[in-house]
Amino acid sequence: MAQDGTRPGPGSTGGIDDAGPATGTVLPGPARPGADDLVQLIDSHGVRHPHAHYDALVADIDGPALQKLYEDMVVVRRIDAEATALQRQGELALWPPLLGQEAAQIGSGRALRSDDFVFSSYRENAVAYCRGVDLSDILRVWRGNASSGWDPYTINMATPQVIIGAQTLHATGYAMGIINDGDDAVAVAYFGDGATSQGDVNESMVFAASYQAPVIFFCQNNHWAISEPVGLQAHVPIARRAPGFGIPSVRVDGNDVLACLAVTREALARARSGGGPTFIEAVTYRMGPHTTADDPTRYRDANELEDWAARDPLARLAALLDSLGLLEAEYTDSVKATADAVAAELRQGCLSMPEPAPSDVFKHVYSTPNSWLDRQQDHYERYLASFAQAPQEGPR
Amino acid sequence: MSTMTFGRAITAGLRRAMDEDPKVILMGEDIGKLGGVFRITDGLQKDFGPHRVMDSPLAEAGIMGTAVGMAYRGYRPVVEIQFDGFIYPAFDQIVCQVAKLHYRTQGAVKMPITVRVPFGGGIGSPEHHSESPEAYFTHTSGLRVVSVSNPQDAYTMIQQAIACDDPVLYFEPKRRYHVKGEVDEGVDPAASDMGAARVVAEGTDVTLVTYGPLVPTARDAAVAASDDGISIEVIDLRSLAPIDFATVEASVRKTGRLVVTHEAAQSGGLGAEIAASITERCFDYLEHAPVRVTGFDIPYPYSKLEFHHLPDLDRILDGVDRALRRPNSLSGLDRPDSSQGAGQ
Repeated sequence: MAQDGTRPGPGSTGGIDDAGPATGTVLPGPARPGADDLVQLIDSHGVRHPHAHYDALVADIDGPALQKLYEDMVVVRRIDAEATALQRQGELALWPPLLGQEAAQIGSGRALRSDDFVFSSYRENAVAYCRGVDLSDILRVWRGNASSGWDPYTINMATPQVIIGAQTLHATGYAMGIINDGDDAVAVAYFGDGATSQGDVNESMVFAASYQAPVIFFCQNNHWAISEPVGLQAHVPIARRAPGFGIPSVRVDGNDVLACLAVTREALARARSGGGPTFIEAVTYRMGPHTTADDPTRYRDANELEDWAARDPLARLAALLDSLGLLEAEYTDSVKATADAVAAELRQGCLSMPEPAPSDVFKHVYSTPNSWLDRQQDHYERYLASFAQAPQEGPR
Repeated sequence: MSTMTFGRAITAGLRRAMDEDPKVILMGEDIGKLGGVFRITDGLQKDFGPHRVMDSPLAEAGIMGTAVGMAYRGYRPVVEIQFDGFIYPAFDQIVCQVAKLHYRTQGAVKMPITVRVPFGGGIGSPEHHSESPEAYFTHTSGLRVVSVSNPQDAYTMIQQAIACDDPVLYFEPKRRYHVKGEVDEGVDPAASDMGAARVVAEGTDVTLVTYGPLVPTARDAAVAASDDGISIEVIDLRSLAPIDFATVEASVRKTGRLVVTHEAAQSGGLGAEIAASITERCFDYLEHAPVRVTGFDIPYPYSKLEFHHLPDLDRILDGVDRALRRPNSLSGLDRPDSSQGAGQ
């Protein structure tokens, strides 16, 4: 890990601290050389290491539970691949892949209660999957059929936020409302390393600390904000900023689904018991492009991608399951069948999505009648109707 | 009926809204023990508690963004922006989130947020304390924008704004906070329309349209003009987005002449929108091009010059004279109609 005196500068991806297969011996989280603050329960080889503090938080995760987490990750990776294919086939305008970030999103997403409320960016499709979103709803935005995919109150997850970091304030405000209500739900904000440079994110930490709001700041440090390496956003590990705001923080191996589950559970328990906010930095890697419109070969080395491929979140859990005798063909076949079925449902939902009507462009701008807009809509409908009256020549 | 100042009327309206709906909460800087720098929230934290009258950290984007989260949770936040010129850090949250969330979520998420903004000049303040930023917000779809001109409207419309399921920017003319007026506290806010303009003085020769701090000035102008036999119809818009053009149009059809006055800068301002819309709607009834009497296209000036910038009774009457083709400050110019936008 880059620390005092060896801080990464612009141009460095900085902060890559999971030494991975190259270093040989991998020790439990706090004791690991060079990664003294990174929580890890399953290393990149799939070896489960005991942890004095976090083991208790995942004591209920037995073999079948591990298998379920693996299935989740396989399914969301399959969703990601299918959506990318749909974009390449011209069925979606754009798609932001989460490839490589499955453990961070499934581990945290599966820790939540249904009455917790998620405010995410646009890459948290695996979190939406955990919340129970209708699959095709994920695609509505990217197909251009709506400005958002679902009613946030049906799955207690706000629709994707495009303004970088803006949702962290919404999560904090929601958490302030939870306090006023005397409830024990928790708001969770998902954002990336790039967002941590935004004023909104820093202001949200001020507000969260001042009001001791039950909010979790879940930062997926995937090392890249489009083409900008994390070293351009932060000169210290991002999690170290939070204590300056009075917020406890933890760095977790974001490619270790069990560790992500554990630290999120701890943060949730703190928030529910009146302990206020927690900042989690999940150190992971965006293995794909920023979106399907991006070309990462212009700005990052293939070697870096290879390094991170060796720490793949699915491969390491598969290795662990294999070592436990839980990766038999019957199981993997059923996982593949589930993933294929989900992908087929996703594709079918995409292709059968109803087209919006022209007049929908005016809907829901206001919840009350608006004389300006009503007049414009009336004129536009007359304009459209004029084509029907003069089909050969148009309105003129 | 009771007599109270403009500021007290807003306080009374806030109090009543909080009494009637426990989801109404106030957020802002110095609004708790201090009662706000203008004392509009005076006593409310004492009576409703710190969870409903929340002193906020000094971060306008943070206040607005957390208000969005509170609205998600079912609250009706009333945000106080301390001064007009301090609203810009919150601009992103207002424009990208507050204004668009209802549209984005196809009506699933409502944003019943009221943003109170003390605005306008005339109080001798330094930079950033006297601005008129309303046009930034009237240009943003998804927002409703109102400005109040008298204690009764201040009392009634703050309650209407809070009750409105759409976000409302509520512009308070700070130089009128101490003006007293009669307020009927028994009025039912639901019985009237926040979006309706009001004819505050009837007339037949010229329609004079304004809002907020210049409404009293416009009324004074109408009284002064009557000495010269000129009959001015004064319209208080009250709602700036949407504007009740039907009321303005009906007046202009009667008078044939339109003068618009506001403190805000001229170019791209509300006067331009009103002139264009009225010209589109009743061009055939116009006897003269619409006339704008506005602040200049300058940063708000230092206080010893502010009354050169702000439209006053004489500048408004000069605009009225132009609309009536009476002798005026631009008389004698070759093409007075096309040059009138240059100075005023």
